[in-house]
Amino acid sequence: MKIIAVCGMGIGTSVLLKMNTEKVLRTLGIDADVEAADIGVARGMARDAEIVLTSADLAPQIGDVPATVIVIDNFFDLDEISDKLTEALD
Amino acid sequence: MTVTTTGLSGGLPEDAILTHAVAADWRAAITLAGDLLTTSGVTTSAYTAEMLAAVDTLGPYIVIVPGLAIAHSRPSPAVLRAGMSWVSLETPIPFGNSKNDPVSLVLGLAAPDHDSHLGIMSALAALLLDADALAELTAAESPAQVHALLVAFDRSHSDRSHTDSSLEGKATS
Repeated sequence: MKIIAVCGMGIGTSVLLKMNTEKVLRTLGIDADVEAADIGVARGMARDAEIVLTSADLAPQIGDVPATVIVIDNFFDLDEISDKLTEALD
Repeated sequence: MTVTTTGLSGGLPEDAILTHAVAADWRAAITLAGDLLTTSGVTTSAYTAEMLAAVDTLGPYIVIVPGLAIAHSRPSPAVLRAGMSWVSLETPIPFGNSKNDPVSLVLGLAAPDHDSHLGIMSALAALLLDADALAELTAAESPAQVHALLVAFDRSHSDRSHTDSSLEGKATS
């Protein structure tokens, strides 16, 4: 499974979101490949990803992609990431 | 191995830290973070405009945790090396982020590429998951106190992650 963490620049918040998502996936026992991406390349990368994680401001800019787009409010609330991922994967 | 930038204290020297900062709005707050990146030799002053433009273009998504904004742009000629700056605000400021406003701590971040700052990011992620350490740091009274707390945090973090960074010779203390 491929998951993309998206931010505006691809070096800051998406890297932190990727780290926390990997932590959550380990706890959940889910094997997935998590990549950080900026909004410019995210649209292309999202074509073969199952899930896209991003913030409320950026979600509308990702547009129409086959992946499930999940909005994370607090990037360091591991419970929020865990709950929303679990719901999306059900 | 780039030992000097592995921990937060290495990436955040005292001259990149401002406490009790007063800013009228989010632009002024990001500008303070940019000024510190410039004076500490991490970026040229052009990077400040790039950080402001990022929010103008993409919105206040940089407020990723309640009370905390990570001001940054992408790798560019204005970035001289990987580094951070720290601005704790006297009065919290709204950035326009409906979930996580107001902001009391602005971190400036610059990276010359996609890899050289990952050591700092890993340490930053550990700090942001540690609510007690973050609260203590946000309330710290002076740059010296912030830096001392970061040194202590790096030490406890590296002990936990069994990475021996005791040779971190660049720490100012």
